[in-house]
Amino acid sequence: MTDEKVMDWLDERLGLTAVYNTVLDRNVPKVNWWYTLGSATLFLFILQAATGIFLTVYYVPSPDHAYSSINYIMNEVTFGWLVRGIHHWGATLMVITVFMHMLRTFFMAAYKYPRELTWLTGVILFLSTLGMGFTGYLLPWNQRAYWATTVGTEIPGTVPFIGDFLMRILRGGTDLSGVTLARFFSVHIWFLPATILLLIGIHLYLVIRIGISAVPHTDD
Amino acid sequence: MANSHSINRRDFVKVVVGFLGTVMGAVIGLPVIGYLISPATKVSKSDAWIPLGSLEDYPTGVPTPFSFTRSKINGWEKTVNSYGVYVLKTGETEATVFSNICTHLSCRITWHEGDQEYVCPCHDGRFDSSGKVSGGPPPEPLFEYETKLEEGILHIHLLEG
Repeated sequence: MTDEKVMDWLDERLGLTAVYNTVLDRNVPKVNWWYTLGSATLFLFILQAATGIFLTVYYVPSPDHAYSSINYIMNEVTFGWLVRGIHHWGATLMVITVFMHMLRTFFMAAYKYPRELTWLTGVILFLSTLGMGFTGYLLPWNQRAYWATTVGTEIPGTVPFIGDFLMRILRGGTDLSGVTLARFFSVHIWFLPATILLLIGIHLYLVIRIGISAVPHTDD
Repeated sequence: MANSHSINRRDFVKVVVGFLGTVMGAVIGLPVIGYLISPATKVSKSDAWIPLGSLEDYPTGVPTPFSFTRSKINGWEKTVNSYGVYVLKTGETEATVFSNICTHLSCRITWHEGDQEYVCPCHDGRFDSSGKVSGGPPPEPLFEYETKLEEGILHIHLLEG
């Protein structure tokens, strides 16, 4: 068989079997469906990344064109409604799966030794996901986006002493403006995805290295 | 069972996985391709008579430039395109109107009075006053618009798409 030869040739050089055995064929304790939420979140992240990349083909982060470019995606581009629809609903779903994943980890006591760092990276991943939701919400530049971000940036503004300064950092000035839209877009497509990607790497490395915890027994 | 005509379990799984994989790939892949090439599937058309002003104001026998703008919707924005033409009045009621677009690679030509030629600055393409190629790389003569005269006003027929 020639395809077997090709696979052997590749395997000898890439070590695919070793990767497969370590990543996919590792031993796991007998667990339940709640333990699939991490993988579900990873899948949703990849889905969000893919649809997000496709949305940047038509979306323009400027006050003049943001709203109309999304209108164009929704009404003119072939399957534009589908790509944006998946991104829109996937975002909500991802926040839900991340949160349920965290609850499961908490209630199953999986955050304890030796998995503290997995938990810590997970916390940052959770906050980054919320950050993605917050920054992405402004991008349609409609009334709801505008006022949600007005209120959302007003909240750090209540911090004693430095509140006003924090708010100006978030908004890129005193007012919500085109500068705000541009920096939210930048954070949404570069800063946070880069952070999330790095942390997912660490998070998964730890999951694979340490293995996942079993469902705790009543005697534990 | 291995020697019978029936397909064995392993091959059956291979075929089913291959088939389902293809279906799923198509379900995801085709919308993605459609999404990316979407703007290319829409060709904007225009069909209009553009007034170029009173014919009697044009000098006879001298190619005279005239420019106008047209706007249309591209995606989410209004695009304003400018057009340039050369009007050559050939009689009291007759004129030929050439597009200023070089037929080589669409640079804009200008009339050089000294050479009595239209010259394209990009690759030195040249056309004589009747629009014929007189030198350089252009493969065909300048585009000539359909014209009409209505109450002394010269019009050209702009057809696109």
